[in-house]
Amino acid sequence: MKQSTLLALEGFQTVLKALIFIAIFGVAISSRLFSVIRFESIIHEFDPWFNFRATKYLVSHSFYEFLNWFDDRTWYPLGRVTGGTLYPGLMTTSGAIWHILRKIGLPIDIRNICVLFAPAFSGFTAWATYEFTKELKDSSAGLLAAAFMAIAPGYISRSVAGSYDNEAIAITLLMVTFMFWIKAQKTGSILYSMLAALFYFYMVSAWGGYVFITNLIPLHVFILILMGRYQSKLYSAYTTWYAIGTLASMQIPFVGFLPIRSNDHMAALGVFGLIQIVALGDYIKSQVSGERFKVVMFISLGLIISIGISGLFFLTYMGYIAPWTGRFYSLWDTNYAKIHIPIIASVSEHQPPAWPSFFFDNQFLIWLFPAGVFLLFLELKDEHVFVLAYSVLCSYFAGVMIRLMLTLTPIICVTGAIAISKLFDIYLDFSVALSTKSPKDVKSVKLDKEKKETSDLEQEDDDYEAELVVDYEPSSKARWFDITAKAVVSSTFLMYLFLFVYHCTYVTSNFYSSPSVVMPSQNPDGSVALIDDFREAYYWLRMNTAEDAKVAAWWDYGYQIGGMADRTTLVDNNTWNNTHIAIVGKAMSSPEEKAYEILKAHDVDYVLVVFGGALGYSGDDLNKFLWMVRISEGIWPDEVKERNFFTGRGEYRVDADATKTMKDSLMYKLSYHDFPSIYPNGVGHDRTRNQKITNNEVGPLDYFEEVFTSEILLVRIYKLKSPDSLGRDHGEAAKFDRNLQSGVKKRLVKKPELELRV
Amino acid sequence: MVKKQGSGSNATVSKFVQFSESLGTAYSSYLKEVNGNKQLLLIDSFLAFLVVLGVVQFLFVLLIRDNFPFNAFLSGFIICVGQFVLLVSLRLQLISPFEGISKQRAFGEFIVASLVLHFISVHFVN
Repeated sequence: MKQSTLLALEGFQTVLKALIFIAIFGVAISSRLFSVIRFESIIHEFDPWFNFRATKYLVSHSFYEFLNWFDDRTWYPLGRVTGGTLYPGLMTTSGAIWHILRKIGLPIDIRNICVLFAPAFSGFTAWATYEFTKELKDSSAGLLAAAFMAIAPGYISRSVAGSYDNEAIAITLLMVTFMFWIKAQKTGSILYSMLAALFYFYMVSAWGGYVFITNLIPLHVFILILMGRYQSKLYSAYTTWYAIGTLASMQIPFVGFLPIRSNDHMAALGVFGLIQIVALGDYIKSQVSGERFKVVMFISLGLIISIGISGLFFLTYMGYIAPWTGRFYSLWDTNYAKIHIPIIASVSEHQPPAWPSFFFDNQFLIWLFPAGVFLLFLELKDEHVFVLAYSVLCSYFAGVMIRLMLTLTPIICVTGAIAISKLFDIYLDFSVALSTKSPKDVKSVKLDKEKKETSDLEQEDDDYEAELVVDYEPSSKARWFDITAKAVVSSTFLMYLFLFVYHCTYVTSNFYSSPSVVMPSQNPDGSVALIDDFREAYYWLRMNTAEDAKVAAWWDYGYQIGGMADRTTLVDNNTWNNTHIAIVGKAMSSPEEKAYEILKAHDVDYVLVVFGGALGYSGDDLNKFLWMVRISEGIWPDEVKERNFFTGRGEYRVDADATKTMKDSLMYKLSYHDFPSIYPNGVGHDRTRNQKITNNEVGPLDYFEEVFTSEILLVRIYKLKSPDSLGRDHGEAAKFDRNLQSGVKKRLVKKPELELRV
Repeated sequence: MVKKQGSGSNATVSKFVQFSESLGTAYSSYLKEVNGNKQLLLIDSFLAFLVVLGVVQFLFVLLIRDNFPFNAFLSGFIICVGQFVLLVSLRLQLISPFEGISKQRAFGEFIVASLVLHFISVHFVN
């Protein structure tokens, strides 16, 4: 009879689990749909526009054409070997989904697939997190972790509907890879290890952050070896993963031979070599006496380490192995990028995060995180070492680069879930309330006693706990005390969980669901208005300019111009060529006539600037202007000087106090052209920088003519004037015209007034 | 001083003797183990063959001082290494099976992994 009730319970559990999973999937997907409901099904931000464009190319061409795609509409006049410089995982996945859906008779627009891609995959991430956590503790912790993962804002920030970025799929793959790795490491199974390698390959094809896995898994193995926990299981798991994973990762054109050339991947190779030696050592150890083994170990270790290090130095010196990349250095020295590569520092997501953002992105999980890590540390099984390494590394990385908060979030969810489920294991156990002791209870008491006897290192708290359990004899007072204590603690945490859900919904709906292409704002009467200037301007470009027109804009808008306006750009968000970006920066920071020369030399037809002064939009070009100056100063230190753009007191001003260099610069003129005159009193008020602009500051624009300005002046497009018909310089011609005009005016004044003849 | 140095060098010499001796014992016990078991003998000769194959490829590249179809060399070399470690993993499991994985399953997994490895490698040769 007992057997049958147990079976029924198990069946009930399975059903319950399935229901919970369906709920988690539902929550994960629906909480990411705010943006689609509020705005529309639209691709967000900047990078997703490129991914979207590439996906469109993929579904309209063949796969091989996609891999060999040379894009001549970006980086004019250089072009970009797009097929060889992108991570194709995202596009091929959505392309495959598109084809499959069409095959089964569901022809869905590729745009909708791209928009809904990230929410769909977030459900799988939750599932992988469940499996991962299950391996660390048990399935109840797993379910909690999956639920956290589904709604944690740190992950939602990169996976709302429309955020069609590499990270959307990469975090899923990251968790799946780690899950298989933990399984492989636990069982030593070649199969799991191979699956880990295959998902690693998928990850390599999807995101540059794969290097994190490439280093984390070897680190785990290395720490285990140092702890003296080498087993044959570890050998078969790691070597299989490394051999297959490395060979597979080299199939991606963009990665190519990096896994054997760059220093980022050398740790994995080193550990691969090390584990061979350790395996051999392990074998010898099993054959000879301990003392002799020590001698063998020391001699061989000395030899190997000296050979290895000198070899590495030699190879790096000879140039066979590329030294670490700039992004890598900027991870260790936070000032490195600022000094050497301003382009990396200029990206806002590469900045270190503000402390509140940790709380903002993870709410109460952030303080459960250390608790969970501590609990794992107490147990410290082999797989727990992995979590420890992961959390230590990622806490540091997330502290350096805000973007890497994304990789920290999964482990925060996992450890937070472990902490909470441990807590619930103890405090949600109300079996004491039932007057008769169930046999299970007695068992646990016994277990506790045994534990106490075997280990002297028990924590005091645990002892107390165990005693409490032992002491439950009828004394109803103690029992009631115990029950209230449990009820208080568990209800507190249930409330925390509730608040967490509330916080996540709030953050997601208010901060992470804006497409940033379309911006919400409020009318004076409080109703919602959409600011759609970007699309208005891009659409104007698309309809009113020649198909091969070249548009110069700062690189932030490159992908959007390519995606929405379909015009050739000089620079875009790929930022592979610093010099080319510096050229645009130089043009923007030079005086008009020089800028005209530079832009003409690059065959530019239109210049696009984003100006937020009228609207109070802080992400406009004038606020990014200093980066343009810095980047071009890095290439032409003699011609562009950052100092000249600051006032004598070191302030960045755009009003009457602005320096001459500032006022002469092309960016300034293009931004403020005719700006004061739209205000009734002729004094423009820049709402972004809170400064007053009058017509005295804004010089005449001689070389460019305004062709389009969007509704709220957010996007302004200028055309480079075609050569003067008399062969004059534009500046001279304009001066001549102005003189002429003022002359005419004077003469007009001198003319005697004529009476109206009747 | 001098005496101390002498004893030190003596100690190192004896350590080296110990080193070679222990290697010798390990080797002889290995021979004993293999001689009784045909399976292991087969695996080990395959391992030796893979090592020779890898070394020959490497020497060849060094000899002609050019690694032009680098893909081909890499996949040829890595498949030797990969097959080697897979075989060693199988061998470890045959000597002392991991819990939860029978010898038959280990062999099956080995075959699947080898097939995947070969598929990728062939794809990489171009």
